[in-house]
Amino acid sequence: MKPTRLTECGDWVLERFPITKFWNEHMAHYYAPKNFNFWYFFGSLALLVLVNQIITGILLTMNYKPDAKLAFDSIEYIMRDVPWGWLVRYMHSTGASAFFIVVYLHMFRGIMYGSFKHPRELIWIFGMLLFVALMAEAFMGYLLPWGQMSYWGAQVIISLFSAIPVIGDDLSLWIRGDYVIADATLNRFFAFHVIAVPLVLVMLVFMHIVALHEVGSNNPDGIEIKDSKDPWGHPVDGIPFHPYYTVKDIVGVAVFLLFFATVTFYMPEMGGYFLEHANFIPADPLKTPEHIAPVWYFTPFYSILRAIPDKFAGVIAMAGSIIVLFLLPWLDRCKVKSIRYRGGIFKKALLLFVVSFLALGYLGTQPVTPAATILARIFTAIYFGFFILMPIYTRWEKTKPVPKSLTRPHTLEEHFHTLEEQLPVLLEEITALKPMTTEIGDSAFKSSFFSRRPNPGGMLNVISRVAKKVKGSLD
Amino acid sequence: MKNLIALLLLLILSFGVAASEGVELQEANIDLTDNDSLQRGAKHFVTYCLGCHSAKHMRYLRIALDLGVDQKKMLNDIAPEGASIYDQLNSAMNKHDAEKWFGTQPPDLSLIARSRGANWLYSYLKSYYIDPGSPLGVNNTVFEDTAMPNPLWQLQGEQHAEIRKTIWGEYKKLVLEEPGTLSEREFDLFVNDLVNFLVYVGEPVQLERQRIGKYVILFLLMFVVIAYLLKKEYWKDVH
Repeated sequence: MKPTRLTECGDWVLERFPITKFWNEHMAHYYAPKNFNFWYFFGSLALLVLVNQIITGILLTMNYKPDAKLAFDSIEYIMRDVPWGWLVRYMHSTGASAFFIVVYLHMFRGIMYGSFKHPRELIWIFGMLLFVALMAEAFMGYLLPWGQMSYWGAQVIISLFSAIPVIGDDLSLWIRGDYVIADATLNRFFAFHVIAVPLVLVMLVFMHIVALHEVGSNNPDGIEIKDSKDPWGHPVDGIPFHPYYTVKDIVGVAVFLLFFATVTFYMPEMGGYFLEHANFIPADPLKTPEHIAPVWYFTPFYSILRAIPDKFAGVIAMAGSIIVLFLLPWLDRCKVKSIRYRGGIFKKALLLFVVSFLALGYLGTQPVTPAATILARIFTAIYFGFFILMPIYTRWEKTKPVPKSLTRPHTLEEHFHTLEEQLPVLLEEITALKPMTTEIGDSAFKSSFFSRRPNPGGMLNVISRVAKKVKGSLD
Repeated sequence: MKNLIALLLLLILSFGVAASEGVELQEANIDLTDNDSLQRGAKHFVTYCLGCHSAKHMRYLRIALDLGVDQKKMLNDIAPEGASIYDQLNSAMNKHDAEKWFGTQPPDLSLIARSRGANWLYSYLKSYYIDPGSPLGVNNTVFEDTAMPNPLWQLQGEQHAEIRKTIWGEYKKLVLEEPGTLSEREFDLFVNDLVNFLVYVGEPVQLERQRIGKYVILFLLMFVVIAYLLKKEYWKDVH
């Protein structure tokens, strides 16, 4: 090809700046295991949501006013008078919740397939730091609308620091910049929310990815693909990230956006979970709301805080519930990574952990009652039990043999195909032919679905089979 | 183990009972496409609410445009005298008077439907009763000891509370003793129009957002299909 002006310009840059090298290292020649499943979409989705938050956030700051007297009204100004302001605001508020959904699923994937284990401990640590930074970002961002929940939520959380002995009161005063949440607090939270923490987040994302690309991705089988390479030095079970996973992640992005748009356009409040009803009332330092609940993504940790009778002990437990996650790579003594080949005890423990996390999350949205407190204590004990007992129950875990090479995942078509085959058989089993009272009626009708009635015996069979299968999959 | 399960069940049950406390709300019929109802509601709001409450995030012009009202008609029929079409729905009452008369400044109602919900507002406005013991002479079953006198008493008439006892405890049944200028049905419709308008004021862009949402979702559905076909094409050679 004859060099044109444009290609010459391009070459000039490439000779001086390693774009090609960077692209190849991290995309075109980065080999990823070829059996990534559903759970592997959430990393790229988290990045997508981060970009969404940054772009919509920048647009919001153009009309938002970080001033206790103006903040609430400026949000309503964005919602009503700024062209498309409502869309930007809803994308930002929905994005905040979406971020946590995606990140929780991403973390669960990591625990499930042992992605935090050797040699990926540092990826997990960076990821946990990201999670903590994300929580700080969300917490400070939530003050900015200056509604009642913004105000009193921040009041409750910052007052937690005053539970620390000796320095507590001074520390919380220092954080707030005033004796109560006030204009000074709003201003500094704004500074942290729009510049300080986002910088940390972006830096940590960079480190998270650099660390990942150094050791390579884990996979649902938990096997190191770098152990078996072809004559050219590429992993046998690996495929280049680009184009294979870029096109695959686009599908994930499209499906995610479908859900995201549905919430943004049709249920931006999400029944009071994404945007709390009380936050449509301007902050009033003289009126404490009857029921102060943090946004849903903090409720599991808030539940743990409330479950402990002593305030300072509660603060320690809440901090501990996050710190203990950092230690996961060293708490888990099992050599096998993926849940597919791990023992039943780990599967059961993980199931209990997930149940208790969800239950704590629900309880955190509810007002305190004696019954709820007892439940919260039980689930808090299970939450910590999962981690603290881990070195014991994982050491003598009965694992299954790990295959030498990756198992092939089922494609979407194959899933549909099995469903297509099994559904009629299943329907046949759970229904029985209706007894015909008359001889009239053609045979086509007889064999159709409508000529059948539910068959309790068959249903029972199916249920017991499913139950056995579930039990079997936990062994 | 059995004891533990029984305890858990008991806990969950007691949960349900605790959650069902509070006054049962009546359901408002919200239809934001009903421009007639919204226009009536706007008129009711200006006549009966704006004296004390503002809706400062709303302008007369925006209402006129959204509800398909001619701007002249808006100024003549709905907006208070002397208002400009660009004005926000501000109240004429000043803050000091308000605090002297009611002990508190009446809240701005721009977002009241989003914080309280339509059913709460509908029930609240219908649940005033004569209570000689309270400072205002009236009380409310939905919002006990409310600081707001009943602005609609001439329309609704006077309600009295009768204490009824059930196995779940006591509750107050409201009975109309002295009919107002509107019949019960007319009054329900009146309050419903007003609440409908407040729901619109809470988020004027609601209908627009739902209209645009359809196209966005349609586009994304097509995008999912195309993205999936692209992925399938690329992944043909992965075995």
